[in-house]
Formats: sequence, structure tokens, C-alpha cells
Amino acid sequence: MRPLRAAPALTLVLMLGPVLAGLAGTLGPALGVLPALGGHALSLEPARALAAWPGLPRAIGLSVGTGLAATLIALGTVTLFAAGWSGTRAMALLERLLAPLLAVPHVAAALGLAFLIAPSGWILRALSPWATGWQRPPDLLILQDPMGLAMIAGLAAKEIPFLVLMTLAALPQAAPARRLTIARALGYGRTTGWLKAVFPAVYAQIRLPVYAVLAYSMSAVDVAIVLGPSTPPPLSVQVVRWMSDPDLSLRFQAAAGAVLQLGLVLAALGLWRLGELAAARLGRRWAEGGARRLAEPVLRAAGLGLAALAAAAVILGLAGLALWSVAGFWGFPDALPDGIGLRSWARHGPALIVPARETLLLAGLATALALALTLACLEAEHRFGLAPGSRSLWLLYLPLLVPQVAFLPGLQTLALSLGAGTGRGTVVLAHLVFVLPYVFLALSAPWRAWDPRHATVAAALGAGPGRIFRNVRLPMLLAPVLTATAVGFAVSVGQYLPTLLPGGGRIRTLTTEAVALAAGGDRRIIGVTVLVQTVLVAAPFALALAAPRLIYRHRRGMRGAG
Amino acid sequence: MRRFAPLAVTLGLLASPAPSSDLASDPADWPALLAEAEGQTVYWNAWGGAAATNDFIRWAANEVGDRYGVTVEHVKLADTADAVSRVLAEKTAGKDTGGAIDLIWINGPNFAAMKEAGLLYGPWAWDLPNWRYVDTEGKPAVTADFTVPTEGFEAPWAMAQVVFYHDTARLAEPPKTMPALLDWARAHPGRFTYPQPPDFLGTTFLKQALYELAPAPSVLQKPTDEADYAAVTAPLWAFLDELTPHLWRQGRAYPQSGPQQLQLMADGEIDLAISFSPGEASTAISNGQLPDTVRTFVLEGGTIGNASFVAIPYNASARAGAMVLANFLLSPEAQAQAQDPDILGYGTVLAMDKLAPGDRARFEALDLGIATLSPAELGPALPEPHPSWATRLEADWIARYGVAP
Repeated sequence: MRPLRAAPALTLVLMLGPVLAGLAGTLGPALGVLPALGGHALSLEPARALAAWPGLPRAIGLSVGTGLAATLIALGTVTLFAAGWSGTRAMALLERLLAPLLAVPHVAAALGLAFLIAPSGWILRALSPWATGWQRPPDLLILQDPMGLAMIAGLAAKEIPFLVLMTLAALPQAAPARRLTIARALGYGRTTGWLKAVFPAVYAQIRLPVYAVLAYSMSAVDVAIVLGPSTPPPLSVQVVRWMSDPDLSLRFQAAAGAVLQLGLVLAALGLWRLGELAAARLGRRWAEGGARRLAEPVLRAAGLGLAALAAAAVILGLAGLALWSVAGFWGFPDALPDGIGLRSWARHGPALIVPARETLLLAGLATALALALTLACLEAEHRFGLAPGSRSLWLLYLPLLVPQVAFLPGLQTLALSLGAGTGRGTVVLAHLVFVLPYVFLALSAPWRAWDPRHATVAAALGAGPGRIFRNVRLPMLLAPVLTATAVGFAVSVGQYLPTLLPGGGRIRTLTTEAVALAAGGDRRIIGVTVLVQTVLVAAPFALALAAPRLIYRHRRGMRGAG
Repeated sequence: MRRFAPLAVTLGLLASPAPSSDLASDPADWPALLAEAEGQTVYWNAWGGAAATNDFIRWAANEVGDRYGVTVEHVKLADTADAVSRVLAEKTAGKDTGGAIDLIWINGPNFAAMKEAGLLYGPWAWDLPNWRYVDTEGKPAVTADFTVPTEGFEAPWAMAQVVFYHDTARLAEPPKTMPALLDWARAHPGRFTYPQPPDFLGTTFLKQALYELAPAPSVLQKPTDEADYAAVTAPLWAFLDELTPHLWRQGRAYPQSGPQQLQLMADGEIDLAISFSPGEASTAISNGQLPDTVRTFVLEGGTIGNASFVAIPYNASARAGAMVLANFLLSPEAQAQAQDPDILGYGTVLAMDKLAPGDRARFEALDLGIATLSPAELGPALPEPHPSWATRLEADWIARYGVAP
């Protein structure tokens, strides 16, 4: 019983420990202190070196601009779509697409989008030359554009499914049907009524996920490497370049850049909060103004169009890469390759076995740990009547709010100076930091919603708490447990920086391979790698759907439980 | 390459005289050395990033094992610097014998740093039996590695030379000088680019252009601080200032690597690309990565060439075995195998006129592929500039074009 009682504290340590240790390990070198590399005294030299980098102002502008824009677009799309379409068939369709969309790793989505929208990409291949007249790709700056527009599109497309999921989870607590009925009775249009009556209650609940999206978008590295500009790149990418440079003296400058990145994210979160307050004031005035209909058809169409566009971009992008993986020569402007064959799979597939095994191992370990901790925490909560406060939700989100580049370099440096080196253990710990919050978020609601009267009945039949947990609660909640496992697995597989930096570049997973190959640009290998990666993520999701049905095929009452 | 400046400094501080070669492993007495090597295990630290190279290394390892009883283990490196750091760490820890590395695939700044710090065993390479076939006159790169004389501390095993490739279907007559390239780019904006420095290939383009544009290119063989850097590079920057607005995407974006540049060529986005591997285009054609209308050419006045070498750390455990392997890599058989574009497509370091007719026939029988130039067409190779030029060119390029608004 004692270890169970300690579970919440242990979880907190394992989750926040690496973040705080990493932040400390970043702050030290940023201020010139890193004894292993001869930094013994406080100094502003790293900051000065950072300031002297001529690309700094633009890199900062890119980080802030792309992060805010991607978050605004994603939130706006999700809001408009939910306002115009919740409860309809379009919404139900998107809900079904949600799992696969969420399962596509960020790099895969970015690489797919890159092939879709490039001047020599699939869209223009399909339209050329008959519609455009182009025999050669036009010299248009679509990818790597200095404004980061392609990167904004990629980030938004990948964050929309996540925010939809969060909104769907938040909706029931906002009692949308009742609010909407009242609004409609008062003569408000569907969208206008939803925006005025339901949105404030929903937003209050999805605020933390939105903050996480903002923090992520500002500091994403993998998506930025694929879609973002390179002259100069966004700050986070440059920090990683300095960090991975064999010239170890650049670590100081990298640490200073990482601290700056943290400052930028905090400032942007503050700015967003101010925006929230301003929007609330304006919104209240608008809500009380009594306008009944606000361009309803336009808003509805926009919501559906944007959501469909985001889903189509991810799915078509993947389809394009799948085609590349079996393509013979495929030149512009052909819409389809010259020939189809398994040559690329035969050639590059075997080389993926080692990184695939590493990916599975890391994801398996991190997910198993996260699941065990989450179950222990939830069970402790249940047995000891611990009430989770709103503050614990903040703690849960902290690793998602602190930019990865701000603490992962520190974690690497710290591990190095402790002589721990860079190994699988450090990487699993780093993955756990990101896997745990998602597993917890996915599992806590259904776990808490479980009717405790089942436990009472079981206890009356003579079962102890352990047996109730094993024989009643866990089987009944099998479906959500498996879903949470699949989510955790997907999160781990998609991790780029938490593999690269704590692993010192020596641990190769499908994601690190995919990012490295992106620099290589051979779409056949990229296609093969990305498909293997996506299958690896999608398989647990499929299993989570199928397993309860198979296991309980003779127990009708258990199917669809939870 | 650029990565080496700081390590070189560190090594410089630790520099000490090279250890004397008082051990039995003497390539001049080859039969005795073969006897000594039998049963040894050679840990060959070599870049492991390409399937083709790994396959070739496996082939060589099997051959050496069958013929001489020497076991070869390929330690796959992501970066040669890792091996150098390892030897340095061993030296710092006082482990002067029984080191973990027996042979390193090395060149350029890595070699310079290790040689200067006394981390290499030797000289031994010029006493290898197969050294007599090496083309020391025609390929100066086999005896001076990035301006640093090898003095027999490393044995060459492959040649690389800068070439350009173009799609004849879109560009029949490619420009063969830098000024001609500029004129062509002006007339065809957006059809040329190069990988973004500090990518190795991008920096090579800068060095190649500097060779042609510098008032007196011989100064490139000296460190930059012995030359008037500003005056030497001024014509290069003037050239790039003119060229950049006519580049692909007006120079606002660049491919990030050689392979990405190759993909742009395949997509028809550019008509002309730089490569450091004379056989790359042929290999890409046979892989379906490039259309079969692509051909290779070199610039008038020659292009930069360099050689890949193997070296033995001062504390290696299996010196004799390492020398047997190095000697095998210099054999006409291994060299012909490496030059086969279906296997590796690397240039040979041997002189054809020094070979026996039967060995020469091996090379003559090779089908180099439709896009590969013959050694005669490839022309003379220019020596690599001193490493300090690359470092400064990269820094200046980034400040001028790499962070452009």
C-alpha cells in the first residue's frame, strides 16, 4: 500500500525532475558555467556571442511569428468547425479520422506536405502542363520561405486534430446542447449562438492545450527543418545546430539561445493571456450586443473548409510519400511515376530494422513506465480519496509548456558532466516526460468516470482492493487503457529532440532517421521510412480498437465499456 | 571539415613528438609482417553512413580474412571526429598500447590534427608492397592531404574529384568556367543553386570558384593568415553578389545537402549541379533517381580533387593486420572493385601504366556508366586548399548570404 501512496509524488519527480534539472543544466552554460568545458566563472560571454550572431533578429521574429500564427489558425479553425458543425455528420466523420490524423508523426506530416505544395510537388504535377502550361516547375519560393508560411501551414494542420480532440473532450462539460437550445430559442443562428454561448465555457477548458500548442509551435524543430526557412532558420533550429556541433565551445552559445527561447515562449504566453483578456472584453460586448446572425453560411463554410483542408493535407501528403516509396523515375510534370515496384523497399527496408527496433524499444519502455505511473496515481487517488486540484493539471502541462530546446540540451550536458554519458536510459527518461502527460490526460477522464459502485459490489462479494483493481476495474476499462497506451506510444515514436539530444546523436530511431533523410531529400527512402514510422504508430491504435472486441467477444456487456 | 578547427587547437596543445617505430611490424619485411598479422583482429573505424560503402568494406573484410587470416571488424562511425576523440582520450589516459582502434578512414583536417599531435603510427604506407602501383605523379593528392604532406603516415585508397552534372535534355552545352556560369545564370534565372554552406559540398563550390577567380591561386596552399585574405577573396564575393539574385529561389533558400540538390535536379527545378563523386550521376541514373539524359562535365582549368586515406593510431593493437588490410585496399583487384559504379564508383589511386596488363584489363573491363567521365576527360585534379580557407569562407558566406533578409 505504501508504494501506491507514494505514486503521485514519484510521478511528479520523474516528470518534473528532468525538466527542472535540464533547465538548470541549460542556465549554467548560458551564464558561462560548465566546468567540463572549462567554464568556471559567471560570464555574459555566451549571451554576447549569441547577440553577435547576425541571424538573431530574424530567427526571433520567425519563432514568435510562426508560433502565434499557427496557434491562431489552428484554434480559429477548430472553433469555427465546432461552432458550425458539432453534432452533424461532418463532425462524426472527422471524429473517425481523428485517430489516424493524430497518429501521423509530425515529421511525416511535414514531409508529406512538402511534397504536396512544392513548386515541383504533387499538386502542380497534377495541374501541369494542361492547366498551368508549365513544363518545368516554376521558380516559386513556397517551401523554406523566409516568412515561414509553409511552416505555419504544416504546424496548423498537425495541431488542428489535437485541438479537435481536446474540444471534443471538453464539450460535454460545457453542456452545449442546453446552451445552444436556449440561444436558438432566442433567435440566434447556429454558429453565432455557439460562439456566444458555448465557446467561452469550452475555451476555459482547452486553455492549457492551447498554451501547449503555442509553446510547441514556437519551438518545434523537426517541422521547421523540413518546411521552415534556412537563411536563417528559426531560433530553435539554430540552437540545435549549435548544440550538435562537434565544436564544443558552441554549447555555451546554444545554452544562451535556449534560455532566450524559453523567454520568448513565456513572453508569447503572456501576450496570449493579454489577448484572451482583450478578446473576453470585446466578446462580452459582442455577446451582449444582441447580433443574432453573423455571416452564418460564410463562417460555416470556412470552418468546414479549413478543417477538411488540414485533414486532406496530412492524408494526401502521406499518400504522396507512399507512392514515392514504390516509384520508379518520377519527373515533373508527370502526375504519376513511370513505373511502380518494390525496389526501394528491398533496398532501404532492411536498413530500417535496427532503428525500428530501437523505436519500438524506447516507445515500449516509456509507455509501460508512463502507464504504470498513471494507473498507480489514479488508483491512489481513488483509494485514498485524493482530490486532484487544478494546480496538478498545470504541473501535468508544464513539460509541454517549457520549450524542448530550453531543457533538453541542459539534460544532455548534465548527463555528460555526471559521467552518465548518453544512453538509452536518459532517452527513455526524456521520452517519459512527454509521454506521461498524454497518457494521463487520455486515461484520467474515463478512469474517474468509472462508477465506484462496481467496487462496492465487488468488495461486498469479498474482493480486496487489489483484486478489484485487477479483476473488475482494469478489465472494464480495457478500452481506454489501450487507447492511452496507443497515445503514449505515438507520442514516443514521434519524439525528435528528446531522442537526439539525450542520446547524443547515437540513438537512431525512425524519427531521427526521417529528419536526417529530409536533409538528404531522396523521397523514395523518405517514403519508405515515413510509412514504416506511421504503421508503427497506427498499429497500436488499431489494436486498441480491435482488442476489446476480440477479448470480450463472448461477453457482450463488456464490449464498448468505458 | 569545419568541425575540426577547435579539435585541432586542443590537439595542438597536447602535441608531442611522434612515437618511434621500434616495433617488429615492418612492412619492408613483408613475409614476416604477414606472419605477424595472421590471427589478428583489426578494428577498422570508418564512416558507416552509406549502404554501398558498408557493402564494400564487408567485401574487403571477407577477402582479407580468407587470404591472410586477418579478421576485420567495421566500426561504423557517424563522424570521423569520434574516432579521433577516442584516440585522444586514450592518450590522455596514458593508454599508449592496446588501443581500441587499429585503422581509421581519414582525410584532410582530421589527418592534419592527428599527425601534428603525434597520434599516428608511422611512417609505414610507402613501404607497402602495393605502393609501387600508386599514381604519385599524376595524383598529387595521394601524398599531400589538404596541403599537409602525408610522409607515409597514411595510405590512400580512393580518389574523389569535383564534377558538375547537367541534364542534356534541358541544357545541352553547359558553361565550363565560373564567368560563363554567371552569364548562363543571368540568361536562365532560377536554374542553378548549390548546397548551403557550411554543408561540405557547398563549401567545396566556394573553394572551386575561389580557385578560378583568385588572382594567384597558389596562395591557397598556405594558411589564410599568410595571405592577404581580403584581396584574394574579393573577386569571389563580387562573383557571388552578381550570381546570387539569379540563383534558384533568388538565393533566398538553398538545398541543405548534396542529395537534396540531386532531388531538385530530378524534379527539374535546376539544370546544373555540383558533386564530389565522378560516378554519382551514373549511380543515380541506374537507381532511377535521375533521368538517363544527365551527363557529367568538369570545368576548364581543372577541379579540386582529394583522396581518402587509412591511417593507424599510434597505440593500435593490430598494426600488422591493419597494414595487411591497407595493402589489400591498394591492390588492383580491390581498386577495380571500388571503381565499379555498381559497387562504389570511387576513383582509383593507381597509375594504369604501372599495372600489369592483366590488372589493367580489370579496369578497362569496367563499365563506368553513361554519365561518368573517363580519367582522361576528368582532367588534372587541383589540390585542396589549406583547411583554414574553408573555415573563413564558411563564416563569411553565412554572414553575407546565410542570414539574408
